[in-house]
Amino acid sequence: MHELSLATAIVNTAVRHAGGRRVRLVCLRVGALRQVVPDSLAFYFDLIARGTPCEGARLEQELVGARLRCRPCARAWEIELPAFRCPFCGGGQVEVAAGDEFLVESIEVEEDACIAPG
Amino acid sequence: MHRTRVRVVEEALDANNTIAAANRADFDRHEVTVINLMSAPGAGKTSLLERVLGDLDGVRVGVLEGDVQGSLDSERLARLHVPVVQLNTAKGFGGECHLDANMVRTAIPSLALAQLDLLIVENVGNLVCPAEFRIGEDRRVMVCSVTEGEDKPLKYPLMFRACELVLVNKIDLLPYLEFDLDKLLYHIDQVNPQACKLAVSARTGEGIEGWREWLLRAAGQPPAPGERPTQAAGRYAERQGRARVQA
Repeated sequence: MHELSLATAIVNTAVRHAGGRRVRLVCLRVGALRQVVPDSLAFYFDLIARGTPCEGARLEQELVGARLRCRPCARAWEIELPAFRCPFCGGGQVEVAAGDEFLVESIEVEEDACIAPG
Repeated sequence: MHRTRVRVVEEALDANNTIAAANRADFDRHEVTVINLMSAPGAGKTSLLERVLGDLDGVRVGVLEGDVQGSLDSERLARLHVPVVQLNTAKGFGGECHLDANMVRTAIPSLALAQLDLLIVENVGNLVCPAEFRIGEDRRVMVCSVTEGEDKPLKYPLMFRACELVLVNKIDLLPYLEFDLDKLLYHIDQVNPQACKLAVSARTGEGIEGWREWLLRAAGQPPAPGERPTQAAGRYAERQGRARVQA
């Protein structure tokens, strides 16, 4: 259900970088730990984009697996389930090496059709 | 007509984080500790505040009350003679399900920050979106009630990971429920090994002293050693050997 708020944040970010140009593609990197449902995000993106320079743009989502690192024992591993204790030493001082990103990587804009920012 | 690729590489929530940083600067300037209190609807946030806010050893506390609609919770807390500012999110897209940094920003002029040591922001009841949006808080606390099921940390890891204290509420109901408290504490530990856990009942007052002490410490005014009773909060906790009150 947080996909609505996230879609709004994506559209705002893309529009800010588009400089008034029409956006055709938004490339996003989404970490597994963000618990985003890709279809749901795409649905809300289309909805929120209406009436903005992102209207009709495609949302490309690159999913990034979750990778953790144990600070004391320095080992790293990948997780599927939310288990944040180190499987090697049992410690709890674990940091996320990858998987919590929610990055707008790039956008593709049309150069000629200049429209007012939405 | 040709297309150009524009490199962005920006966290989509950066705009929110920038405003949160501005809020934080305002709070820091007035030396106010800000706590973002979150939970599912009906877990007992307001009841747990009612239990402690009237008696915080002179710590000047205020509440920013976030709700989709209405001011029922504000009215409950105002009875304790603490300043309460209501923030309704219904103006947003069909009523935003969380507070974001900008909403909190709009409420700052109504908060008499110079007269506060501690500000508690009671977020909209929701285990999902509030975990994503920083509002300029110093600490994040969540309430998880035993009527919600032991599996909630696994289903909402984003929220459980975002918080440093988990208040396990409604423990007075344990005799009537098929609920395994050990299992819940284990699941919290799996998802957030560094979280503090306190078992409490807003109804009977069990464990509430631990919550009150945590708030006093958060506000930078730890209770004098003599006034520190052994908390019932720790009873489950000590038995499990898992929960701890953060110093």
